[in-house]
Amino acid sequence: MSNRIDVKKTYKLFINGVFPRTESGRTYEVKSAKGSFIANPCLASRKDLKDAVVAARAAHHGWNKATAYNKGQILYRLAEMLEGRRAQFVDEIIAVTGATKAKAEKEVSESVDRLVWYAGWSDKISSLSGALNPVAGPYYNFTIPESMGVVAAIAPETPSLLGLIDVIAPIIVSGNTLVVLASSKAPLSAMSFAEVIATSDVPAGVINILTGMKDEIAPWMASHMDIDGFDITGLATKKHAEIRASGAENLKRIFAFKSHDPARILAFMEAKTVWHPIGL
Amino acid sequence: METPVSFDYASAPESRAIVSIKPKYGHFIAGKFVAGSKHFPTINPATEEVLSHIALAGKAEVDAAVKAARKAYTTTWSKMSGKERGKYLFRIARIMQERAREFAVLETLDNGKPIRESRDVDIPLAAAHFFYHAGWADKLEFAGLGTSTKPHGVAGQIIPWNFPLLMLAWKVAPALATGNTVVLKPAESTSLTALLFAEVCQQAELPAGVVNIVTGDGSTGALIVNHPGIDKIAFTGSTEVGKIIARAVASTPKSVTLELGGKAANIIFDDAAIDEAVEGIVNGIFFNQGHVCCAGSRLILQENVADEVLEKLKVRMAKIRIGDPMDKNTDVGAINSKEQLAKIIELTAAGDAEGAQRWSAPCELPSKGFWFAPTIFTGVTQAHRIAREEIFGPVLSVLTFRTPQEGIDKANNTPFGLSAGVWSEKGSRILWATQQLRAGVVWANTFNKFDPTSPFGGYKESGWGREGGRHGLSAYLKGVGHE
Repeated sequence: MSNRIDVKKTYKLFINGVFPRTESGRTYEVKSAKGSFIANPCLASRKDLKDAVVAARAAHHGWNKATAYNKGQILYRLAEMLEGRRAQFVDEIIAVTGATKAKAEKEVSESVDRLVWYAGWSDKISSLSGALNPVAGPYYNFTIPESMGVVAAIAPETPSLLGLIDVIAPIIVSGNTLVVLASSKAPLSAMSFAEVIATSDVPAGVINILTGMKDEIAPWMASHMDIDGFDITGLATKKHAEIRASGAENLKRIFAFKSHDPARILAFMEAKTVWHPIGL
Repeated sequence: METPVSFDYASAPESRAIVSIKPKYGHFIAGKFVAGSKHFPTINPATEEVLSHIALAGKAEVDAAVKAARKAYTTTWSKMSGKERGKYLFRIARIMQERAREFAVLETLDNGKPIRESRDVDIPLAAAHFFYHAGWADKLEFAGLGTSTKPHGVAGQIIPWNFPLLMLAWKVAPALATGNTVVLKPAESTSLTALLFAEVCQQAELPAGVVNIVTGDGSTGALIVNHPGIDKIAFTGSTEVGKIIARAVASTPKSVTLELGGKAANIIFDDAAIDEAVEGIVNGIFFNQGHVCCAGSRLILQENVADEVLEKLKVRMAKIRIGDPMDKNTDVGAINSKEQLAKIIELTAAGDAEGAQRWSAPCELPSKGFWFAPTIFTGVTQAHRIAREEIFGPVLSVLTFRTPQEGIDKANNTPFGLSAGVWSEKGSRILWATQQLRAGVVWANTFNKFDPTSPFGGYKESGWGREGGRHGLSAYLKGVGHE
């Protein structure tokens, strides 16, 4: 047996393409399924959320402008990077949830495949949900879906990796930027996925990941005036009413989803209709 | 030298003989007109003449309307094939076309808008909305990505006073085509064409309870929004009320669409066809007295053509004919209500107080009724209230820019996102600008055009969802994959 001491990882937030600690200095403890200590992830604060939204807003213009082909390739690149590091994700899922190896392997495989599935939507969603409208007059009139802007999300507790991918991919594939709160009980997959993001040519600020307590952060997300949409799939149903009422202040688009579906992409897009006269 | 000849318009009044207005109206519930308990007057805003008395629906009437709509939904409308449902919509469209002049005259009397607009825009478009949606009724399986073919059930619909019959059509036609039944409340000050529409439903032999119309004020609207028997809310009106509705339904499973306020930018680049742009500016802000949520109320001029545009705009504005809405030559009619006029006066006073310069078209305003001369403010900054708040009247705020990006940034600097206009003769610049503008409808080298096939609705605080086209239809069908 080697006497070598492991080099353990500090789990931090992921904001604007870098890994800061929470400005609040607060952490909480994540234990393994068997009860032993694993990590002290950050308990993100309202200021951390604000910083993440500022980064996401700044990144929106560029990401929105990137071609659909480019966005698709970057999502595919995420899948490539995840595939290359599958052993790490399998280990983390097993450590935190106590899942069998087969079950953990399955979740990682599905996560990679799901990224590939969403990557392919980037250059198809417009042609399936846009329209050329035959107006009664000499006008050229078309409707195209566009990204909404900055979207916040609460990832589901489980499955901690696949659930996170199902939140991230449909939101960013259309050109939105994102601030997502990871699973509170199992944030390791999310923080390691930030390392995948950091090596996948995703521009800084497009995906920002916080760790912490959803009951604390979700109301801050709901009332933030520079967040356009909010995916509350990971939030307990009994909390939805309060979050929707709070989000009404800037008429946030708030949705929770049951499945992975192209409707999930469209939920955070806006239809824009353009008119132009036809004539000599 | 000869004296220049002046061509004055002779008055060309439309006859009101075609309409017969009852002294008092009730509600339309389960296919019948039922008497109301309390009433309030509805007036012609151009003359302050009391036209009739409208019933104020309370809890009992709203309950009865919802009950009738539910019964019609369960027993008739949801069971009928789309093909047959569609035929009723076609019938309605045809009857509206047949009675178009009657609707137009009634609309103008009750709303104050020029007869030319009610005759050429509101009523034909309302009929077109029914005709368009009639054809969808048996094709719902093709309604596109993310929608099922299933209706919500009973839709509660609350509409504004600026396009009374047209807004009714925007709401009722897609609801019926998709198999929903309806409880509709017209605006307090403009109920008459909705009540005439109830007669159309009778003539079309629409099954009882499919369309129910209750009249009243905001208290009636609140009863509809909060009614547990309603599955879907569709509202057009102010952002303020839209937010109240969003909060009210937060704890319910109700599906909601909101068409709310706007503060649209109309951007004129220096390479625009200036004469056409001036027509577009006038159409953008003075159409329907500026009582248009998508009105081009912020004119954003490239600095090097600002003087030329403003000079031509003032010349053009001096030719606008304001006055008797029933005169076929009238361009701008009456402000819809005393309250709305007070709001316009208050906001324009804020424009003066904050240092913007006011210029109003020289025109004589009638002594009776509610009137406001077409007005522009120059020297407006982005912080001014008249640049940020919806005035909903014939008032234009003028801002300038130097670089195209600055123009776009100013245009997007608003919590609203309903519409925008852009004027340039350069194709690539038009497409660039339309891409940058954060608004649901962008008119390029035109303004204020509407069509049933064309989705309409806003980004940000201008609302939720779209009306018109395939996108609007989907708002009346249950979504796929959502909770």
